[in-house]
Formats: sequence, C-alpha cells, structure tokens
Amino acid sequence: MTDQTLTPEERAANLKGMGCARKRVEDVRFTQGKGNYVDDIKLDGMLFGDFVRSPYAHARVVSVNKEAALALPGVIAVLTAEDLSPLGLHWMPTLAGDKQMVLADGKVLFQGQEVAYVVAEDRYVAADAVELVEVEYEELPVITDPFESLKSDVVLREDLEGQTEGAHGPRKHHNHIFTWEQGDKDATESVLAEADVVAEEMIYYHRTHPCPLETCGCVASMDKVTGKLTLYGTFQAPHAIRTVVSLISGLAEHNIRVISPDIGGGFGNKVGAYAGYVCSVVASIVTGKPVKWVEDRMENLMSTAFARDYWMQGKIAATKDGKITGLWCHTTADHGGFDACADPTKFPAGFMNICTGSYDIPTAYLAVDGVYTNKAPGGVAYRCSFRVTEAAYFIERMIEVLAIKLNMDAAELRRINFIRKDQFPYQSALGWEYDSGDYHTAWDKALKAVNYEGLRAEQAQRIADFKAGKTRKLLGIGLTHFTEIVGAGPVKNCDILGLGMFDSCEIRIHPTGSAIARLGTISQGQGHATTFAQIIASEIGLPADDITLEEGDTDTAPYGLGTYGSRSTPVAGAATAMAARKIRAKAQMIAAYLLEVHDNDVEWDVDRFAVKGAPERFKTMKEIAFAAYNQAIPGLEPGLEAVSYYDPPNMTYPFGAYICVMEIDVDTGEWEVRQFYALDDCGTRINPMIIEGQVHGGVTEALAIAMGQEIAYDDMGNVKTGTLMDFFLPTAWETPNYTTDHTVTPSPHHPIGAKGVGESPNVGGVPAFSNAVHDAFRHFGLVQSHMPHDHWRIWKIANGLGMHG
Amino acid sequence: MSKMHVKLTVNGKQVDGLAEPRTLLIHFLREDLKITGPHIGCETSHCGACTVDIDGKSVKSCTAFVAQVNGAEITTVEGLTNDDGSLGVLQEMFREHHGLQCGFCTPGMITRAHRLLQENPNPTEEEIRFGMAGNLCRCTGYQNIVKAISASADLLNAQKEAAE
Repeated sequence: MTDQTLTPEERAANLKGMGCARKRVEDVRFTQGKGNYVDDIKLDGMLFGDFVRSPYAHARVVSVNKEAALALPGVIAVLTAEDLSPLGLHWMPTLAGDKQMVLADGKVLFQGQEVAYVVAEDRYVAADAVELVEVEYEELPVITDPFESLKSDVVLREDLEGQTEGAHGPRKHHNHIFTWEQGDKDATESVLAEADVVAEEMIYYHRTHPCPLETCGCVASMDKVTGKLTLYGTFQAPHAIRTVVSLISGLAEHNIRVISPDIGGGFGNKVGAYAGYVCSVVASIVTGKPVKWVEDRMENLMSTAFARDYWMQGKIAATKDGKITGLWCHTTADHGGFDACADPTKFPAGFMNICTGSYDIPTAYLAVDGVYTNKAPGGVAYRCSFRVTEAAYFIERMIEVLAIKLNMDAAELRRINFIRKDQFPYQSALGWEYDSGDYHTAWDKALKAVNYEGLRAEQAQRIADFKAGKTRKLLGIGLTHFTEIVGAGPVKNCDILGLGMFDSCEIRIHPTGSAIARLGTISQGQGHATTFAQIIASEIGLPADDITLEEGDTDTAPYGLGTYGSRSTPVAGAATAMAARKIRAKAQMIAAYLLEVHDNDVEWDVDRFAVKGAPERFKTMKEIAFAAYNQAIPGLEPGLEAVSYYDPPNMTYPFGAYICVMEIDVDTGEWEVRQFYALDDCGTRINPMIIEGQVHGGVTEALAIAMGQEIAYDDMGNVKTGTLMDFFLPTAWETPNYTTDHTVTPSPHHPIGAKGVGESPNVGGVPAFSNAVHDAFRHFGLVQSHMPHDHWRIWKIANGLGMHG
Repeated sequence: MSKMHVKLTVNGKQVDGLAEPRTLLIHFLREDLKITGPHIGCETSHCGACTVDIDGKSVKSCTAFVAQVNGAEITTVEGLTNDDGSLGVLQEMFREHHGLQCGFCTPGMITRAHRLLQENPNPTEEEIRFGMAGNLCRCTGYQNIVKAISASADLLNAQKEAAE
C-alpha cells in the first residue's frame, strides 16, 4: 500500500484532524454568494407577513380597524389578537416560565410591540397595508426604570394581577418577577462586618442587543395535502423550536419539520421564539400558502432579544494585605414587559453565580430581583453563556474598585487571589465545581507578553507629563482575568422548557470510507462543518475532507438543544467524539476478524488497526468500512454507524487573560486601542485558525459594547438607538488589531478535553476595555463610571474630574 | 402600481424586467433576478451587505431604486467567480485568510474590496480599513478581512506583472 511509506505523523497530518488550521469547507459557497439564508428561500405562491407595531411604550389598544388595509389589492389577511384568541395563540409561553403576547391583547407594554400581522402577496403591499391599519391607543404611564417600577402603583402586567407566586417563587410587588438567591447571606454579611476593608460600588451593565447582520425571519409552509408544516427560520435551536411549535399549535411533532438554513450570525438573538414565527405559522395554516416574515433592522433592535440591563450592587471584603474574604451582590434585573429571558429553567438569572470569577473567595452571596418595565422583552445571552458576561464584568470591576481602596496594583491583587492550580476541581462559594484551570501561568504569560511593568512606568511618565501640561492624552491599562462557565449542561440541573440540555451526533460511514455526520446543533458562522469533521477525522482515521456534516434539519438530524452559550463543542463536540468511538469499537472487531486475530490483539494507529507487535499487518479504516458492508462477519450486524446523545457530567470552565492598552484624549473623549492582547485557554484546541477568528470577532463585539453600543430609551419609552446610525457597530476603521495567545488546560471530564471558546472574547473583552478607561482616570480620582464609554461619556468623566481647567 | 421596463447588464449578461418605480435595486436583484448574493442587513445604507458595483462604483443597493440605474452595468459577488467556476482571487484569499464566518457580509465585502483594489491597487492597511469602513462585519473583527484584501492586492499585482 502506498501509505505504508508514510510515518504516523504524516498519516495524521493527511487527516486534517484536531489541531489542524484546516480551511473552512463552508467558504466556497459563501464567498460566491451561494449561501442559503432564510430570505433567500422562495417558494411557489409565497406570501409576505409584516407587523403593525405600537408607537407607544405603554398604552391600551382601544380598537384596531383593518378595513382600509383589507381593501388594498393584494392584501390577504390582517390578524389581531382577536383572531388568534380562538386558537389560544394570542399569547405564547416564554423560555423563562412567563407568557408573552403574540399580538397586543388589550394593551401594549413596549414600543415596537406587535399589534397586528398583515399578510399580502408581496412585501411592498404588506408594508403599504401596515400603514393602512388604524389603531386607536390610550396612553398609560410609562416606566423605564426598574427601581421606579418596584415602587410604582402602575400595574404593568394586569394579566398577572393578584398572582403572588411566579415561575421562580414569590413576587414581592406587582411589577416584580422573581428573587433568586445563591450562597450564604448571613455568613457573607458577617464577613463584611468584620473585614479590614470593604469596597462597595454599583456596577451597571447597560442594555444592548446582539444585532447579527442577518435579522430574524422565517418561512412557514403548511402542506394541506400531507398535513405537514415545514418551518424554515433563523433558529439557533431548531429541535427545541419544533417541540415548542408542536406544544403551542397542537400539530403533532412528526408533522412539523423545522429547518435552520444558513444563519447570518446569531449571538443569542436567534434562540427565542418570536411573534413573527407564530403569526407566520398561523397565516400559512389559514391560507394554505407559504408565508415569509423577515424583520427589518429597526424591528430587530426594538423588539427581538435585548441583552444585559443588570444593575449590580456589589460589596467586596478583604484583609488589609489584599486577600479577599467575601463577596456580596444584589442585582436588579430589568427584564422589560415580559420575562422572556433565555436561561435554563432552574436559573432565572442564568449562571450569574459564576460572579466569584477566577478568585478563591471563601464566602459569597448573590441575590437577583427580576423586574418588569416598559421595555422590550429578551434578556438573551449575547455572545456569552447565560449572564456570564454580566458576572465577569461585575467581578472584574469590583477587583479594580478594591485595588483602589487598598491602593494596590490590580494585577497583583488578582494574582494573590487566584484559585491555585492544585485547588481544581474547585468548589465555589456560589455552588459551581470548576473543572480545571491554571490561572497563575496564564496571568504571568500575559503580563510578560505586554511588558506590564514597562507599561506602568510609561503610564507614570504620562501622568507626570499630563500634570506638567505636556500632553492631553492619558494611558489606560485594562486588565481582566475571566472564568466562564459554558456547555450547558448536565440534564440533572439544566433544561429549557423541560427539555434536558444534552446534545447529539450521528455518524454514518459509507462503504468507500467517506462519511456523513449530523448534529443537534446549528452553526451561525462558527464553522461546525469544518471543525466537527476534524474531531471525527482524529477519532476514526478518515480524512476530514471525506466527511460531510449536516445540521439544522429536524427530519434528519438527531435531537439536540442547539447552539448558544458556547455549548456546541462542550456538548455536541463530546457527542461527536463518543459516536466516533462507538464506530471505532466496532471497527476494531471487524479489523480483528479480517486479520484473523482476537479483538484484543489489534491496536489503533492513527487511521488503522494493526496487529500488536506486527505493525505491518493492519487494516485501514477505509478497508474496514468496505468490509462492514460486504463481509458477513459472525456476531456483527452489517453497516458502520453510530449515534451518541451526550449528557455532560459538568460544565466546562474556559478562562483567559486579556490586557488592553488605550490612549484617551481628555478634551474630546476620543479613544484609541493601542494594543490588545488576548490569551485564551479553551482546553484542547480543535482548529487554531477558527479559534483565533472567534477571538477577533468576540473582542470586537466587546469593543462595541464597552465603547458605545446600547439600546437606550427616553422617559417616554422611545427607543433612541433603533437604527445602525445610532446603534454602534464598529467598522474596520475603529477596530484595532489583536494579538492572540493561549495556554492549554484540558477539561478533565470532556472526551477530547475541549472547553469552548466562541464567547470568551466577549466575556473577557468587555471588562478589559472598560477597565482601560477606568485605569486611565484612576490616578485622577475615578472609581466607577457606567458603560458604554462613548466619547461624550468619557469627556464627561474628564469634565467631572475637573480636567478641563 | 404601474410598472416600468428596466434593462440592465448584470454580471455580463443582458437582463430586463418590469419594476415599480419604487422597487429597490436589492429587491429587483434578489426577487426578480434571483441573484441572492447581495444581502439585506439594515435597509439604511449602513451595513453594506447589499453592496454591488454599478458602472465602476460601489453602491449600496438597498437604497437605490432600480429605476435609477436603468441601463447600468452591474457586478455582484456572483460575477467575481472565474469563468471556469473556480474562486476569484478575492474569494480565494477570503477563504485562505479566514476572512469570513457566518458569510452574510461576505458578498458585500468582496464586491467592495474588488472596487477598492481597482481604485487603489497598492493600499496600505490604513487605506484598506478606511476604504472598507462602509461594510460592517459582526463576526471577524476585520483583522483577517484586511489580511485577505492585502494578500489579494499582492496576488493581483503579481498576476498583472506576469502578464506584462
């Protein structure tokens, strides 16, 4: 055989398996404009849906007059809550145990809320008809502040009036949703009372939006002959959507086929179920025709899936030499008009209890109060595991605040409080078991890479120059060491709407030694078709180039909970490795039969099984695959395929050390990122090229969030940032170059030791940028200033500190 | 609404059709001509996902009426593939340097980069970043896009030199 002359290393390289910077298989289509996104789908006779939306943030809907709209040629229907009510579809359940209006049922609770759904023959006619629907509103008092909301007599959710028990325990007020407590309150309060030093601060993580470049949309197509509904859509969790559609529509689940085609970015925006999906399904069932709905950018920013909006009051206690003894946090969480947060059922504030971060904090307490306001519902995990970015921002700001109080260097304060390598697996005070980590090594590597001491010396000189009137620019050094919790998750404590958060992979080996694999996840740019094939290649010794990967069609793929919260690699990646190992186990038996030796007398060697002690006697995986289909092997079924449903024993805990060096002009508030160093430890690295790309993109999203991006409301509940003119997305011009680096601390419980990386750069990036701004002004008296740090707000910091003369 | 007759040259082919005076070019391309490479990301000229090349200029087709460009020569990302079906230089370099992830901005990016390199065959990194600032990407952080365009410039210049 020709490959007898190749070394094992050469054979492994030919597989393009794990560790290879394999070029993406997706790109041949995408670079030619041959992707297939939801708005590219065009079915015969397809109709278009469009929404009439509320201009008011809080109002009664007195009447809806459809007549003029229905009279317009080409308009097929105008649906209101009244039409959906007989079907029980005017409200829908949310992922958070609340319910949400599909179409306004008597009142509206946020600007942009869906009031009526117009169906027409073309999208222009639908837009015309939206203008012709006459809605009479009666304005109600608007509440946009969660603290005000908890004091107000105004009842936002009249449908819940009198209900003192919510999905997550008692409700303290008519605008209160839940209280979620973790840790030991009494012990933490006594630590605070007895501490040498306590630093206290309110840390606000503002409301923003994932804003993928492709907005949300769907095409619902009911085939009245077969009774089968096909629903194409921008779904990050297609299988869960199928189950939800079945449960709320009454259609049998086997009669629903959900297809997520190519998705133009998700970042959490495309996890939830939206009114547009429900209305399109109803419209297709009623008309018997396919119905497309695609939101425009303003609708996207105003109505689907905000993120963050956490007011985090923190207290951190330490000894006088900087050893942290306790952490206390009370969060007021603004959930908008409906509680539609996308979290596992038992975690109404997600994994906010990872807020002890990378530090060995013996005692901690966290309470979160969810509150209704007149803002859009959502609360999705925007490029992070559930509320992990809020937690990381909180602790990384509190560390800086404590460093100021102690007059200590913030890098050193972190170092002396890190969980040590020998403490893993580590039980945190707020209930998690961290799987593995080596924070000191990562930290030292990062500080050395940027010449931290040199930077501090430069900063000291800069401060002196500033005070001497020689410069108007400050230098900020933003430090962050973050720990994430991703890969939800163990079925025993993680579910969404009762669906356990396992994931799956099915692999079929074809007779000629190529393969197809299908997963319960769905790529939105992560490159699954490239990387999951690499896992299989390494596990079973067939070239990644010979493995097709499919996701997103619920009729063909095994059930899974989808892609968000960095769960694809930790959960579906594990399922992929486990399915591949099942195949390898059967292949071993086939090889032993072909080589006429006992199963235990052959051993795995990159792409083949060889007789122990006689490596020249072997069967390659390709040969074994053919034998599986053409030999009658006693005791073995023909064929070579396997499926694995993987329930992870624990989450994974990726971590990283990020350092941002920023120049700030105190007179204009303008900033420039001079250097950004990102060290990530995501355990075993599957494709370094893709990891690096994820870090570049995630840090850029963090740059946006920290430095300008927000969903802002005025007092009337008007969205002030509803277009890309106002909602900050950095261009190539503002975006710096990044230096990426890594350490490798494999997860001990994951089959290939991988931890996930897609969200780390957002989780670590936001505090790194924000800390850089704070650090620049620390030496002039700044302790805390809320994001986003746009030019105006930075100018205000400088002005408030008396730096404008 | 009454329709008007529109004639265009798209990716080297003569096409014609009927369109309302208010029909946006992006909708005419995507719905009538089934050229779905250019995408709709914002409908306000900010994101650049709909960028096409019209008579030698980069234009955001979400805010142009098809009626405005009657008779024009239009190139979309589909027209940048080589005649033999292989990837054009920019397409290949975007793939080589991992200049795309979800792929939604990519057709607009590549079409804009194509024009940028006609305008300036030897751009510096700064010039690339400035010249591409009308096209937003949410996935890549631009670093690899800049690399891909810079590598394309080198390749195209080398090809040109070899041909001379």
